[in-house]
Amino acid sequence: MTHNLVADTISIIGHGGDEIEAYLAQPTDVDRVGSIVVIHHMPGYDDATKEICRDFAAHGYNALMPNLYSREAPGASPDDAAAVVRANGGVPDERLVGDVDAAMRHLKSLPHANGRVASIGYCSGGRQSFLAGCRLDLDAVIDCYGAFVTLDAPADMPFKFKAIVGETPNLSAPLLGLFGADDKNPTPDQVGVLERALTDAGKEFEFHSYEGAGHAFFWVGRPSYRPETAVEAWAVIYEFLGRTLA
Amino acid sequence: MCTYQTNKVALRGSAKARLGWMKVTDATIYFDHPVHFGAGHALMIDVTDPTKGPDARLALELDPTSARDLAESILRTLEQVPSELLAEFT
Repeated sequence: MTHNLVADTISIIGHGGDEIEAYLAQPTDVDRVGSIVVIHHMPGYDDATKEICRDFAAHGYNALMPNLYSREAPGASPDDAAAVVRANGGVPDERLVGDVDAAMRHLKSLPHANGRVASIGYCSGGRQSFLAGCRLDLDAVIDCYGAFVTLDAPADMPFKFKAIVGETPNLSAPLLGLFGADDKNPTPDQVGVLERALTDAGKEFEFHSYEGAGHAFFWVGRPSYRPETAVEAWAVIYEFLGRTLA
Repeated sequence: MCTYQTNKVALRGSAKARLGWMKVTDATIYFDHPVHFGAGHALMIDVTDPTKGPDARLALELDPTSARDLAESILRTLEQVPSELLAEFT
């Protein structure tokens, strides 16, 4: 069923009490629904990821995407904002967790919310979704090809990403991982390291690695987009959310 | 893959971008997913003045061969400059 929806730009109070921009999409013809925090990819708070939020709403979930680059580049176009954040070394982990926490709380406060919240992130957001799942009390976590989960970013990069696989025992919710078999960051071997950590920690998880797909196979309109893989993976996502957010 | 591979360099010069001519002080060079160029990855260059805000940016997205040709052409051009003209910058 495709639900009616409304979508709007709002402000929420994020990490450190900062007011940040966020994009909220909500189904309008529902009673009680689950919610999802959408963590945008490295290229920013862009139209493609706003469309993802609307897709979640059309499938009957409240979806909220905080603009993680609000502080560095308020009101800037997504590509300009992403360029600034890249030059500055990315989003600090602590701030990311604070912003996802704020988004989660906002979603729980919505009138039709059933109190259950997932996170999903793409590219750098995949790592951040996993990180949020380890540090916040979520009900489901989805990591779409997140890099630097199992190894540090190289020292000569401005990015300060540290491996977070050591936080796996703190993961608060079932994890769905969606990866491209041709991806080099994360490689299938790196995904395997995370898989073993989850198994060792006794965590509930479900990983899918798609042949013929690399990084960013969900990114509609770009050469990395793999329509067949994306359609198949979207079905997996909605099955997972149906199970975890009901 | 999303490479995150990024280098930075300080600059002195000017560029013409969306806001018109501007002083530029920094460049970020990286090989990652382009926003506009029709390829999975590209050599990207952001020439900026960070003090003037996010849109004070001249952005290039190049295929690797073009990027190499451009870099070599810049070096070749500089090598052709009579040395007395470079004295201004020493």
